[in-house]
Amino acid sequence: MRFYEFEAKQLLAKSRIPLVQSEVANTAEEAEKIASTIGGPVILKAQAIAPGLAAASTREVSDPGAAKAAATELLGIDDGGRKPRGILVEARPTGEAVYSLSFTYDGTAKRPVVAAANMAGKIDDLADEHPDRIVRRHFSALFPFSDYIAKELAKSLSLGGNDLKRMTRIVSGLARLFLKYDLADLDITSIVKLGDGNFVVLDVEADLEIEARHRQRPMLDELGFSKDDLRQVREPTEFELEGARIDAEDPRGIISPIAEFDGNIGLVIGAGGGSLTLTDAVRKHGGRPANYAAIGGNPSVDKARRLTKLVLTKPGVDKIAVMSNVVSNTRADLVARGVIKGITELGFEPADKILIFRVPGAWEADAAKILEKYGVEYCDRTVSISEAARRAVEKVG
Amino acid sequence: MAVIVHEDFQFIVQGITGREALNFTRECLQYGSKIIGGVTPGKGGREVYGVPVYDTVREITDKERVDGTIITVPLAFAPDAAYEAIDAGIKEIIIITEGIPRKDASAIVEYADLHGARLIGPNCLGIIVPDVCRFGSLGGPAVDCRKAFKPGVVGVMSRSGGMTTEICNALTLSGLGVSTAISIGGDPVIGSTYADLIPLFEADEDTKAVVVYSEPGGTAEAELARWTKENDSRLPIVAFVAGRFMDEMPGMSFGHAGTVVNKKVDSPADKMRRMREAGISVAEEIGDIPGLVRERIGN
Repeated sequence: MRFYEFEAKQLLAKSRIPLVQSEVANTAEEAEKIASTIGGPVILKAQAIAPGLAAASTREVSDPGAAKAAATELLGIDDGGRKPRGILVEARPTGEAVYSLSFTYDGTAKRPVVAAANMAGKIDDLADEHPDRIVRRHFSALFPFSDYIAKELAKSLSLGGNDLKRMTRIVSGLARLFLKYDLADLDITSIVKLGDGNFVVLDVEADLEIEARHRQRPMLDELGFSKDDLRQVREPTEFELEGARIDAEDPRGIISPIAEFDGNIGLVIGAGGGSLTLTDAVRKHGGRPANYAAIGGNPSVDKARRLTKLVLTKPGVDKIAVMSNVVSNTRADLVARGVIKGITELGFEPADKILIFRVPGAWEADAAKILEKYGVEYCDRTVSISEAARRAVEKVG
Repeated sequence: MAVIVHEDFQFIVQGITGREALNFTRECLQYGSKIIGGVTPGKGGREVYGVPVYDTVREITDKERVDGTIITVPLAFAPDAAYEAIDAGIKEIIIITEGIPRKDASAIVEYADLHGARLIGPNCLGIIVPDVCRFGSLGGPAVDCRKAFKPGVVGVMSRSGGMTTEICNALTLSGLGVSTAISIGGDPVIGSTYADLIPLFEADEDTKAVVVYSEPGGTAEAELARWTKENDSRLPIVAFVAGRFMDEMPGMSFGHAGTVVNKKVDSPADKMRRMREAGISVAEEIGDIPGLVRERIGN
């Protein structure tokens, strides 16, 4: 879950990481005032989550009047259906040297890793063109972080004297913060060495490990991060919110993630990997999915019923495809009963609304019997995922 | 021959009295697996389908050889359960539990490494060698499990538990069958990646080819591609990458926790390119996998 940069900087400030002077403005007037307090050139950063906004969400200006005009413009940008959460107005010092740092988990080494470069930018973006300017050190999530790891990293950046000591303090502080707050990624895309020899952090991107959001609640509360704010790249739609409600109201099994697309084939599909594969398969055969869903963990009849009704009543959807990988834990018969119930409750004939029913595996014989009663063909495991998707697309026309 | 498990492989289940654990314990026993004990704190002295339940792992390891453990305890207790198993000397550890933050997963892997133990998962369904041993919850009820997994020549590694069964089912239907299948887990940090495990398949004389199922997110496919280039492997590899539609939806996450794409190497397009360059066959559809395997093994 992405932090707004002003939140990430609050975390850094708590760990005494030296930061450039900055303040959040909620109006253009406030932005002008902050800019004049800072004096000199400033950068304005609209606080936004959606990807691909980097260029659109920042402006560098040289005087407070220009800051006001830029802020007016930035406050109007579209952050995936949201307004920006204010504007970060910051000093833009230049210095004799610039560095960048990146903390993440290396899935190959299975350890946290810090990378540093003697240039500004996101290390992931620098890695292709400037591999020689990047140095890396793994560290441990099991043992406490030891400062020498940061010192060795600073040394490999060719730093010495006070520079080495100052950079060591920054890297150590960030590594401990990264572990303490369960961050998944922390990118310091620019650290400048000022004329007085001090380092100061300019630009920060930070992501929280989504699975740690419950145990990090105290930190999130302190930042004013609300419980239902999952920082998706765009605002959830009414369809998605209702899907999440259905999922939350019944602990038996899961049907999420649910996402809304703009196609016409309603998808009642599962499970985690099966839904990814099935969505690709529908598209490959020229179909346009109306939604995404991921049924798993043996959902109740009621959950399958409510998901079916949600998908089938989505504007533009006339028919649904019920498909999954070969199930082990989820019961095919319970899915069949839920789907049939959902359709009949809406006053339709199951045979008119089901493009295909391909849920092989546990309790498949019972599922086949239920469907037979309603004149719906049951596809067993001999019908591949690709073939099931092809037939569904063909039938929807 | 088989990978990791064998005919005499005996294991325990930590969290054996949980709902999911009760199911797969019964299913494993019906499949013929040797489960010699279970652990649930406070429930020592009971039995689950004839399997004795203990309060601690050491009560079992003190008197019997324990080759492996399946951990399926609630999220908050998973790291502790893993440390208990590792300290008791168990070397093959499967964690089924979902939702373990990567910091904890990383710490568990490091502890396992220090003690010469191997971790499969978290967020996985374990290992099966058809008709020999099922060590985990792959395949569901024994009767369904036997339909999807028949002994054969193809090793399978998958980031999705459900798709492990789907792919093995396709291989079984085609007559190729499965040598060993491993559900490796869908999390960003897992104990054993494709590249960690493929040398085991390489050494397994029953395995003639390997199929991998992959998803957006992470570096495991790039690592496998590198391994393939650097090692003169006898094994042809066929890969399938799901979630290609996510390439058009930057920043969105679907399915497993590991499927967040925020680095270049994470995207399905990048994964497919790297694997093809390394000589790995990339299947367009699941249904194409058996044919590609046959082409590669000349059968």
